[in-house]
Formats: sequence, C-alpha cells, structure tokens
Amino acid sequence: MTTTASGKTRVPAIDGWFTTGDEPALLASRCEACGTYVFPPGPTWCPNPACSSTAFDEVRLGRRGRVWSFTDARYQPPPPFRAPEPYEPFAIAAVELVAEQLVVLGQVVGDVGCDDLAVGDEVELVVDTLFEDDDHEYLVWKWKPVATGVDGEGRADG
Amino acid sequence: MGDDGRRVAVLGAGMHPWGKWGRNFVEYGVKAANDALAEAGLAWTDVQFVAGADTIRNGYPGYVAGATFAQALGWNGTRVSSSYAACASGAQAIDSARTQILAGRCDVALVVGADTTPKGFFAPVGGERKADPDWLRFYLVGATNPTYFALYARRRMACYGATDADFAAVKVKNARHGAANPNARYRTPVTAEEVLASPMVADPLRLLEICATSDGGAALVLTSLEFARRHGHAEPVTVEAVSTVTPTFPQGRLEMPDLATDSAVAVPSGRRRFTAAVVQAAYDEAGVGPDDVDVAEVYDLSSALELDWYEDLGLCKEGEAERLLTDGDTTVGGRVPVNPSGGLSCFGEAIPAQAIAQVCELTWQLRGAAAGRQVEGARLGVTANQGLFGHGSSVVLRR
Ligand SMILES: [Zn+2]
Repeated sequence: MTTTASGKTRVPAIDGWFTTGDEPALLASRCEACGTYVFPPGPTWCPNPACSSTAFDEVRLGRRGRVWSFTDARYQPPPPFRAPEPYEPFAIAAVELVAEQLVVLGQVVGDVGCDDLAVGDEVELVVDTLFEDDDHEYLVWKWKPVATGVDGEGRADG
Repeated sequence: MGDDGRRVAVLGAGMHPWGKWGRNFVEYGVKAANDALAEAGLAWTDVQFVAGADTIRNGYPGYVAGATFAQALGWNGTRVSSSYAACASGAQAIDSARTQILAGRCDVALVVGADTTPKGFFAPVGGERKADPDWLRFYLVGATNPTYFALYARRRMACYGATDADFAAVKVKNARHGAANPNARYRTPVTAEEVLASPMVADPLRLLEICATSDGGAALVLTSLEFARRHGHAEPVTVEAVSTVTPTFPQGRLEMPDLATDSAVAVPSGRRRFTAAVVQAAYDEAGVGPDDVDVAEVYDLSSALELDWYEDLGLCKEGEAERLLTDGDTTVGGRVPVNPSGGLSCFGEAIPAQAIAQVCELTWQLRGAAAGRQVEGARLGVTANQGLFGHGSSVVLRR
C-alpha cells in the first residue's frame, strides 16, 4: 500500500487478483494435480472435468503476452464502472499468455488507442489507476504495448 | 425424417411487435400467447402446460414467468415451468414444453417469453457484487456487451481479412429483410454509407451494427404429433431438435461475462468454437447437417457476429463467411438465407422472447407464410443463439 502525491492511499480495486510494485503480475491458482491455471484465482475445484483436485498453488502469471484482440469504449460504460469527468474513451485488449495458454481481458493504458494496436502485438502488464475517491486511488491491471524493436517471446518472465 | 417419438408439432406462433413501448412485459406476452393460440385454433383452456422464459429485469425473474403468464391468461390449474438461461431462456422454455409432451405428460403446451428493457447498454444487477463475473467486468474493465462483440469482429479482421464494408453489408442485408416484417422494430432499409457514417461504439463496430435492447413478446403452441393429426394438421411444422449444451473445457474463446478464458495447458483446446458445438448438437439430434438447411435465424448481436454463425452452422468453412455474404448466398433469394426476419439487427434484443421469436419466424417460413421475406420452398430451418454464462441454443424445425 502506497500513498500518492495528493495524499491518497493507493489500494487494489479488488483484493488478491494482482501484485503491485515494480514488476506487477496477475495472481492465479494452479492445480497441483493437472497444472491448469485459473484466473481469477481462488477456485474450489479444478475446472478441468477430468481432474478432481482441490489443491492449488498461488502463482504469478507471465507479465507479457500477445494481443488476441482489442477494441475501445467510445461511450461511458454503465455502473459499477466509475469514470473520471469528463469521460475519456479508452482501449481494451484481450491478451494471450503463451505459457499459461489463457486469454485475459484488461484496459489498455490511457494514451494508447486502437490505432496503436494490432492483433499479435506484444504487451506488458502494468498497474494503474482505475478510479479515485476523496481518500483513495483504486488500482487495476492494464496492458501496455512493449516498445517496438524489443525482442520478446511473449512469455512469462517471472 | 426423425421418428415420431422424438418430435413435437408447432401449431401456433405469435408475437407482440418489438419496440420501445415502455409497458409491462406481461402485456406483450399475453398478446403473443393469444395470437399463437388463435393460429393453432385452440383456446387457453386447452393448454395443459405453460413454459415461461424469464426476464431478470422485472422483479422476481419475470415475476417467475410461467406463473405470471398463466395468471394473466386466467388461472386454470395448468402445470407451469420457468426458465432462465440468459439469451437461451426461450429455447430452454421450448425444451421444457417439448420434453413434457414427449414424456406423455401433456398434449398441448404454451411457451411464452417477453421483456421490457431499459435504455442503453445492458448493465449488471446493482449493489457491490465482487463474486459476480458480470458485475466485475463492468467494475474492473468497463467491458460492456459490445466490447466482446467488437473483440470477435476485430479477430475476424485479423484472421480472415474481414473489412468494415463486410460488416456493413450484413446490416444492409438484414435491414432489407426486416423492412418486410411487421413485427420488426426497425423497418427502414439502410445503405452501407449510412452504416459506416454511424458513430463508432466499440471499434470496429458502429452504432448501426450493434443490436439495440427492445421490448417484445413471443409465444408458441406446441403439441404432440398425435394431437396435431387428430385436429386436422396432417403436415405440421415440427421441432426436430433443441440443443442447449454447455461449452467444453477448455473454453478458449473469451465469452461474456468472463475476464479470462480457461487455460489449455492440461487439456488442448478443441478445434471448434462453443457456438459451433451448440449447433452441432442440434444437427446430431435431428439427424441432419448443414447441407440440409434451407433457412437460418441466428443471433446477430453485431453485424460481424452473424459471419461467425455462418461458420458455426457449417454453411461455409472458417474464414469464408465474408464471401458467402458478398456472393448473396445468405440473402432472401440466395442459396441459404440467414435472418429473413431481419434478425436482431431489425428487432433489438428482448432477451427471454428472442429465442422463441427465432422459432416463430422459422415456423412461418416453413409454412410459406412469411409474406415479403419468404424463403421459397424452405423445408428445414435452424436457429442459433448465445448468451451470458455459457448459455447457447439451437433449434431445428422441419416441415
Ligand atoms: Zn486439475
């Protein structure tokens, strides 16, 4: 938990779904028996119908992935979404994590629009402000394009 | 031709026109029910089973729909059921009625679904619901229904080279079909230029390419084949199959309202989409295949999504839907017309009524009674539908 320059406390918008800090990552459960990853974390049973395990490890998902698809929100979504005034459209990406073989949806960081994105692009997970109230800044994971020219394999690095 | 022990007759279909009427949903359902009964030549007092499809927008799930419609028509001691399965609610209600008939528990069943909808995006149930994926997707990402439709549309562009013009052409086709349908809400033909000039909602989808939310009601009278024949219907339209199967793990396509797919590390992803599996289960039950289909009603929540359905129905290979569309195959007059009713594009979505409305349209098509939008000589039709939380449905009808 940290504090912003304006004295607000920074807290996750939801508990237990991601880490914060320099190299934030999504948290998932991994089935001890069959290895299936589950995000969001905290399943009671393994979703694999051929596996009856109820034991899971908490793991971090890879911080980089490939854009499976993307869009944007030109109009303000209804509550419980909370948007700053005036409303600024934002991009949304579904990102494929290669090692874990799953796709995770998330907002794309603020200054990146659909024109800056393409299916297959490499992106990295960051933690950023979702919304604020008088005392708190609420955090969520977002996707950020990895600068072009960087050699990446789009797989877990931690 | 399936064996008689597995088929039921559709003797009546009825609808309340779709619109934004702002009245009680019960009124739409009762109007549709009475029209369906009149078409069947039966009275409410002949009905032995009422299957309601629920809306979640009107108090207790549609006041618990089956009973609400039964009370509105006048309590008469019928058995009732109520089904909620998101967009597939209507198909589950149809299946509930069908299985009652096939089990020999009744001869005449009434299926009713109706909705009154708010303006704008569908929003989740209120309150703070951090265990509800439908609440969480709005809260954490701002992911509306069009967000998901747009992800699929962009995927088609990246994988198959679909264009804005292809998506607009779906809307133009459906608008032309719907212009002839008295139950459609939007009955004005549009041009591709108008579609492409409408505001972008969720890139690459524009306002005229995303289905609206509507008020409406639809109803069916289903009977046993024996009852139908005894009452002078020698060759009624029949329900050959109803599929409401779940996805198979691992579900590899991001589906509403999920924020993530299943992981495929332990079990490889299947080759086919969930939506294709829903249709295949209906084909299998009916003992038919894509080549047998004369007409289809599909859930075009967006213009682009209709193209996915062509492939899920097996009307073409993956990646060839754009060509099927531009060749005119899916237009009334073409090889296998899709959405002759005008589809969701011209109706907007009245969730519990929509899967029933698809069957109403095919019933009229197979009887040759779809004036102005008739698919000539249609003998076999299929519906396809998909909604939240892994629900989908497909119904096969034959005459
Ligand atoms: Zn397992």
